[in-house]
Amino acid sequence: MIAHIFEYSAPTDLKEALGQLASGGKPLAGGMSLIPIMKLRLAAPEHVVDLGRIVALNYIREEAGTLHAGAMTTHYQIESSPLVRSRCPLLAEAASHIGDVQVRNMGTIGGSAAHADPAADYPASLMALEVQFRLASSSGERTVSVEDFFVDTFATALQPGEIITEVIIPVEDPSAGVSYQKMVQPASGYAIVGVAARITKSGGKVTKARVGVTGLGPKAFRAKAAEKLLEGTEGTAADIAKAAAAVSEGVESNTDLHASANYRTQMARVYAGRALSVAVSRAT
Amino acid sequence: MKREISVTLNGKPRTDEVEPRLLLIHYIRDVAGLTGAHVGCETSICGACTVAVDGIAVKSCTMFAVQADGKNVLTIEGLASNGNLHTIQEAFWNEHGLQCGFCTPGMIMVTKQILERNPNPTEEEIRHGLEGNLCRCTGYQHIVNAVKTAAAKTGA
Repeated sequence: MIAHIFEYSAPTDLKEALGQLASGGKPLAGGMSLIPIMKLRLAAPEHVVDLGRIVALNYIREEAGTLHAGAMTTHYQIESSPLVRSRCPLLAEAASHIGDVQVRNMGTIGGSAAHADPAADYPASLMALEVQFRLASSSGERTVSVEDFFVDTFATALQPGEIITEVIIPVEDPSAGVSYQKMVQPASGYAIVGVAARITKSGGKVTKARVGVTGLGPKAFRAKAAEKLLEGTEGTAADIAKAAAAVSEGVESNTDLHASANYRTQMARVYAGRALSVAVSRAT
Repeated sequence: MKREISVTLNGKPRTDEVEPRLLLIHYIRDVAGLTGAHVGCETSICGACTVAVDGIAVKSCTMFAVQADGKNVLTIEGLASNGNLHTIQEAFWNEHGLQCGFCTPGMIMVTKQILERNPNPTEEEIRHGLEGNLCRCTGYQHIVNAVKTAAAKTGA
């Protein structure tokens, strides 16, 4: 399994990289998706621009109510960051479920989002967290909401020559309960379905519910029907069951050799129920 | 077009001309001649090709050699010193943490990473840490025992 021949560059400066991307280069982040598809020759870029040496794309910092993660921050850095664990525990929990130790050592949050694999773990949490992406190309910068970012299977709002430079994540309400529950495909580690839940309670009632789902449909999505059903309730087991049953509403389920559409839909409901139960129990 | 890369492999610096598409595992095995890291699935699932790059465990079938330019690469051959097995190697031997041995170099390299980050892991943490490495002989129990023994020895 040898990739097609390609030119390689590894700029250390973002501007230089954006210039090379503008002339048709393919960005390489952690390589956990791109390298396998190059080896399978599903992709054969003529020029690979390795972003791995751009130190300015690897950071986690807090600014005025938001966390900022550079696009080249690895899954391991996210899962082990005391700042992320305390200020946005859902993201750290999601990162700890991705692939395996070696994959988390190399894979990056920007690379995973840009690849937009419908079975990737991160997008469920990124949807539930209502993050924003900072994008850059040689012609300028812009900010895009996660809902506008994920367009379809392996398709995002990124334009040719444009990359994610930063993920902007709202700091979690300390009283919120969060959980990511995933049915794992044991060989690949991908999610057959994965559900990220965030619950805020006040006066014994669920005041805010956010549910992000990966693996079920052509792209990660927010299960807004399920959210609405839970908001305003006490979050009892019956309330959760009702909301979880609506998790697949309006979504055409994927089917593959690991799970038929019917089975996947059923599992999405089961895992939504689990994620919501844990999140509700953790909310104070 | 070939590129020149400089890598410190098990402590020894070397410089080679490689094609950008050359995978790190093929560089280690075919260019440098170190056959300890194995090519198992070659699809980033089995972990038999695990090596450390600047102290980070990676699947070397899913990294281009050019990405390791300027870095320190450690393979299973670099663990023993002066003819003495590394604590983790000894633990795998003593606990019978292998049968055919094909997965062992990768298991040992990932164990090193697990214990560096968490010197006293629980059994659950050990199993979570070994998720990216497949063994088709042992049923994993003796491998988990080996990691526990290595942890007890290094943590002591």
